[in-house]
Amino acid sequence: LAPWVPVVGLEIHAQISSNSKLFSGSQVQFAAPPNSLVSFFDASLPGTLPVLNRRCVEAAVMTGLALNCSINKKSLFDRKHYFYADLPAGYQITQQRVPIAVNGCLSYSLCIDSKMSQMVTKTVRIKQIQLEQDSGKSLHDDTRSQTLVDLNRAGVGLMEVVMEPDMCCGEEAAAAVRELQLILQTLGSSQAVMAEGQLRVDANVSVHHPGEPYGVRTEVKNINSIRFLAKAIDYEIQRQIEELENGGTILNETRAFDSKLGCTVPMRDKEGKQDYRFMPEPNLPPLILYDTKSLPANMNHQQVINIDWIHERLPDLPSVKRKKLVEKYGILPEHSFTLLNEDGLAEFFESVVKRTQMKPKKVIGWILNDLLSYLKQHSLTVKESPVSSFLLGDLLNLLEKKEISSTAAKQVFAELWKGEGKTPLEIVKEQKLGLLQDQKELEQICQAVIDGQENEVIMMMLG
Amino acid sequence: MRALLLGRWLRAGPGPPRPESRNGGNGGHRGNGGHRGNGGNGGHGPLRQKVSVEVLDHLEHLALVDFRDSEGVERLHKAIQFADQLHEVNTDGVEPMDSVLEDRCLYLREDDVTEGNCTKELLENAREKVEEYFVAPPGNIPLPKLEERETFLQGS
Repeated sequence: LAPWVPVVGLEIHAQISSNSKLFSGSQVQFAAPPNSLVSFFDASLPGTLPVLNRRCVEAAVMTGLALNCSINKKSLFDRKHYFYADLPAGYQITQQRVPIAVNGCLSYSLCIDSKMSQMVTKTVRIKQIQLEQDSGKSLHDDTRSQTLVDLNRAGVGLMEVVMEPDMCCGEEAAAAVRELQLILQTLGSSQAVMAEGQLRVDANVSVHHPGEPYGVRTEVKNINSIRFLAKAIDYEIQRQIEELENGGTILNETRAFDSKLGCTVPMRDKEGKQDYRFMPEPNLPPLILYDTKSLPANMNHQQVINIDWIHERLPDLPSVKRKKLVEKYGILPEHSFTLLNEDGLAEFFESVVKRTQMKPKKVIGWILNDLLSYLKQHSLTVKESPVSSFLLGDLLNLLEKKEISSTAAKQVFAELWKGEGKTPLEIVKEQKLGLLQDQKELEQICQAVIDGQENEVIMMMLG
Repeated sequence: MRALLLGRWLRAGPGPPRPESRNGGNGGHRGNGGHRGNGGNGGHGPLRQKVSVEVLDHLEHLALVDFRDSEGVERLHKAIQFADQLHEVNTDGVEPMDSVLEDRCLYLREDDVTEGNCTKELLENAREKVEEYFVAPPGNIPLPKLEERETFLQGS
């Protein structure tokens, strides 16, 4: 049987973190009374026009720069037409011809084995990033055979990030998306919380034999978490392989991931292939961006976006932060990944290191093995930890000064976790966990033990 | 969605203005006489090719227009003929213009909340509402296939 080469590409929609929408002044907010965050333009009432939000453009430029893209100094807006109840205008304003950023790349890392001891770095090419409008939300009421439409989300700014089909499995796609999520959160251009719909991922999957042309691809939608993303892709790859090996064919269709059943199912598409009739958006002139060289002399600087100015102010990206952690504290690269993977964990670690004399290389063990496993067991975030970095720092000092054993330290940690407000020192005293420092006292105890176990001692001495 | 009756929309009457330069002597008004059925045709020469039934059916699906009868289809042909005049112009090396706004500055708005909170007003236009939601049919109701719907296109 010839081997199969799976090919995975991704289309990611990230909601821009801004106060107001892409083309109108309505508020952007997750949960709000239906249709309360909707302006006349969002509802597509006649006589309204789009007005571009500066913050959304800056967010897209930041993201493009962080992903090593070329920023198009002139980009254009287009209309993409289709009918759906949650798209009141009958078209979406997007950037189909010339998007704001193109030709970037994203590096991400994978663990080769499950023990997290060896990491390998991969890259995926970013085809483009475009600005576009989000649609409203449809709530399907099957019992009454109707759809309820809430336009609060209609018109919210999105960045669509298109990743080329450089990935080969669910794990790679999940790692790439996770890294993108961290980058977006670091930049602040999107909060990228998948559960709140701020980051939506569609996967394009196909398989082929090496040396042959790419196979027919399917699009998989309705993926609500990074974990499900990996599952959905791997299931779809398997399904396609089995179908082809049984002599079947793959349809170029859209499939939905059913998280309960763990499989993909065809989405009801009664309408056949869509014809979006792309046309230039006549109400918006081209979007022009500047850099320090091309900056116009006498323009109102509120109307000018300077790419270089934004570039200079980019924060340290996750890959840079990890490198700095490894260099500064001598921890392993895989440790730096885990630190950045949990919100607030890196800051917690650095705070503990400041407070204790224990070497960072030893502190990291306590952070990743003890603190993190307790947090996971109780489903808590770092911010919700009952043990503060100060308390942990104090505990590690006791250990470092050899006032307690490491076993005792773990006991104290368990006690601290109860969050009863006691300090490590108090717990040590209470539970008499302090190591005996007095030599004579130790000798006395040992002698007493030996004296009380005469038979065993004789057996031992006889060999 | 209500189908638009193209036949009704394009009335006979003063049609689109003809390019000034074409008929120097005529002063730019309709040259073909004003009788009905011509919709102000400014195009000259025969129609390059008729629009096929498949394309007409596709258009009806996409835009939910209803050509209704041969007159409606004929208006479409005349409109295409008129637009075909564009082919007479040599555009080699000329960038397409897609908006007369192309030299204007795209205005950038500050990211402030200035609109919204008008649920009541928005819902006033809705025929049906449920607790401040708009109500729509369960999904798109696509036009039935050519064979399955009553349309004069079937006969063509």
